[in-house]
Amino acid sequence: MIKRFTVLLLLAGLATIFISLALGYVPDSSLNYTALYYADNTVSDTGAANIVTAIIVTYRGLDTLGEVTVLFLTAAIVGLVLKRGAKAGKGKPMLASGELLCTGSGLLVPLILLLGVYVFVNGHLTPGGGFQGGAILASGIMLVLLTNPMRHFSHRLIAVIESVSGLAFITVGILGIMLAAGFLDNSLLPKGTLGELFSAGTIPVVYSFIGLKVGAEFSSMLVNLSETEGS
Amino acid sequence: MSTLLLGMSVVLVIAMIVTALVAISERRLSIAILSAGLVSLIASVLFLLLAAPDVAMTEAAIGSALTTFLFFFVLGRVRGESDD
Repeated sequence: MIKRFTVLLLLAGLATIFISLALGYVPDSSLNYTALYYADNTVSDTGAANIVTAIIVTYRGLDTLGEVTVLFLTAAIVGLVLKRGAKAGKGKPMLASGELLCTGSGLLVPLILLLGVYVFVNGHLTPGGGFQGGAILASGIMLVLLTNPMRHFSHRLIAVIESVSGLAFITVGILGIMLAAGFLDNSLLPKGTLGELFSAGTIPVVYSFIGLKVGAEFSSMLVNLSETEGS
Repeated sequence: MSTLLLGMSVVLVIAMIVTALVAISERRLSIAILSAGLVSLIASVLFLLLAAPDVAMTEAAIGSALTTFLFFFVLGRVRGESDD
């Protein structure tokens, strides 16, 4: 009774807050100061067509490094916890996957991987980028694992991809301190023409490394989960 | 925001609330997982309508694809263990 009453009270409180917010909402007639700066100066500063990518990789590059670190820690802890569990595959063999799933995944997985690579390579031109592309790559790996849960992925390869892209990300950032305006500054490479693939300085390079790193981290979590039985 | 977009958003929001309620109250786990994935999918369409395609892609890839797959994966694992 008290529990139900508390839940109702909480819901009523949330409803009051949201209704008052919705009634008091007046759309801004112009951008605020920071947004105006980004909208006006992104193209001349960085040469990226996608302002969101320019903010994530260049203006707020340090925050992105923090996000990547959080994801890395998560993957490392998942690996650490699951390492104690017994290895799968020793017990009774699982049922084979259906014909539809096998054929469909054989057709779809290369296309999904290609889409993931496209999304993070074109992060400075089209919506999306490293994090989205990496998640798409990992969902391709997930489809492979769903089709054949006993399939073995090389942990060493995943670890090498993950560490090399992380190191390359930091290296590009430090080269920015030495050769350009600051950490992760993108004027290391020429800005090029707006809207071309090789433009916006180091943004496509950095975002491709982020994409590979995020994809490898998600994949290592999935592979660890599928290879462990019990906990 | 035009009237069409507003109408679409209202329909999507109602559908989202209904699928969220299904995800909470459904007894069969697989249907609950599917509805939870559907909530994320509708949320990503809403983000697209609100002119945030980057967030929409993240929501679609992580919220509706990876999380749903992961839940099914764990569900299969749990069922496999309870059979022993």
